[in-house]
Amino acid sequence: MASSKTITVEVDDVSYTDNVEPRLLLVQYLRERLGKTGTLIGCDTTNCGACTVHLDGVSVKSCTMFAVQADGHNVTTIEGLARDGKLAPLQQAFHECHALQCGFCTPGMIMQSASLLAENPHPTEKEIRDGLEGNLCRCTGYQNIVAAVQAAADGTVSADSTVSADSDETETAGVA
Amino acid sequence: MIPSAFDYAAPATVAEALGVLADAGDDVKLLAGGQSLIPVMKLRLADPAMVVDLGRIGELSGVRDDGDALLIGAMTTHHQIATDPLIAEHVPLLAKAAATVADPQVRHRGTFGGALVHADPAGDMPAPVLAADATFILAGPNGERRVAAADFFQGYFTTAVDDGEILTHVRVPKYAGWGAHYEKFTRVAQQWSIVAVAAMVRVDGGTIAEVRIGLTNMASTPLRATAVEQALVGAPLTRESIATASAHAAEGTDPASDLNGDAAYRRHLAEVLTKRAVIAAAGL
Ligand SMILES: Cc1cc2nc3c(=O)[nH]c(=O)nc-3n(C[C@H](O)[C@H](O)[C@H](O)COP(=O)(O)OP(=O)(O)OC[C@H]3O[C@@H](n4cnc5c(N)ncnc54)[C@H](O)[C@@H]3O)c2cc1C
Ligand code: FES
Ligand code: FES
Repeated sequence: MASSKTITVEVDDVSYTDNVEPRLLLVQYLRERLGKTGTLIGCDTTNCGACTVHLDGVSVKSCTMFAVQADGHNVTTIEGLARDGKLAPLQQAFHECHALQCGFCTPGMIMQSASLLAENPHPTEKEIRDGLEGNLCRCTGYQNIVAAVQAAADGTVSADSTVSADSDETETAGVA
Repeated sequence: MIPSAFDYAAPATVAEALGVLADAGDDVKLLAGGQSLIPVMKLRLADPAMVVDLGRIGELSGVRDDGDALLIGAMTTHHQIATDPLIAEHVPLLAKAAATVADPQVRHRGTFGGALVHADPAGDMPAPVLAADATFILAGPNGERRVAAADFFQGYFTTAVDDGEILTHVRVPKYAGWGAHYEKFTRVAQQWSIVAVAAMVRVDGGTIAEVRIGLTNMASTPLRATAVEQALVGAPLTRESIATASAHAAEGTDPASDLNGDAAYRRHLAEVLTKRAVIAAAGL
């Protein structure tokens, strides 16, 4: 019978050691074991990008990786982007540019955009669109997503990016 | 979707991996980037009893200068192929093709070797590797053997890799002074090639001195466009001569008909894309 494996993974700056079945997908591990439900499952077939996280700093689709493959590696999810109570510039840019409607694609879009900007800090519009080709959005028509990535790259998002359940304070800072 | 249960090994060396393979019996699968294998395991179209992960074998990753060729590790990712300086300098065709594979996330995980052994007729890496006349280096229970690209791709999803063997490296000759282009035709983003053409051209004083052309998805294996190559060698470097020669691109092909296009449409695409690829590779 298939045996379980012990893995140690650093997720959003916290180290976890767990016993997992080899067939456990990374996305299931993140959501069901660690409770990190910010990472979503859209298609479950490697197409939509909703499950995008960073593995050692680069974007991967966590529905298409086994948790055992992440043993000894570093994973960042959407829940690890905000720092010291401040949204990351990309999160703030998505908020200010109205880059989401239902928000289902947003964690994956932001994680992929972060990976894109790490590789190419000043992308052209075409490079942004190509960089997001593995992420599907059913709501926005992509226009404002591209604008948000551009704004984050240009550094034109507001500095007031306090993480808050009540979005009023960031709302007034938006729409530059 | 959850795959069937399996046992998992993550050896640290090729020798160790060969040992695990030898002990594991028939029902074993190698795992590279997992970007083809994991989806089919999730669909339970594959349900191996054991999975051997090559991801911890450092010697399989990266690109090395090997004199008149580059030695590319099987576990080198599509992203690395697309951005590696040695590949950009010596075989830019590979970088151009790798950059068209799937999407950035899949390119971060998916590997050169995995794509070649998977040998999907619509896959983008086999035709460039065939055009570049690469040599495949396989490790097996009886040691190492080398297979020419022309003998490696044997049919639909079928290669020269035997059970118990591991593709460790691909040796790709350097093409100093050649131009290169990969022309891929798709209808939507993140799509497999409906047809694609890989071209490398060496121009000498206004004539085409040498040319190598590989076709993606024009048969169950990648093909060389031999008739076009023959027509182009020694031809003047003009759009007219390239267009005339490209009319032979579908000769000897056997494309499939599917929802993306029937065989006649693919033959038409092969001619048009060959013309575009050669013109771009020649820098016209
Ligand atoms: C959404 C999506 C879109 C895609 N689009 C494209 C595309 O446009 N063009 C394209 O070319 N590809 C595309 N791919 C496939 C992608 O290129 C895969 O990376 C590739 O086909 C397989 O590589 P892998 O490293 O992921 O291999 P795996 O999935 O890990 O393995 C594939 C097969 O090869 C075997 N294998 C792997 N490595 C070795 C080795 N070293 N020795 C012996 N056997 C080995 C495995 O046992 C398995 O049978 C797409 C994939 C997805 C999910
Ligand atoms: S859920 Fe992973 S790509 Fe859609
Ligand atoms: S905002 Fe609804 S899917 Fe993108």
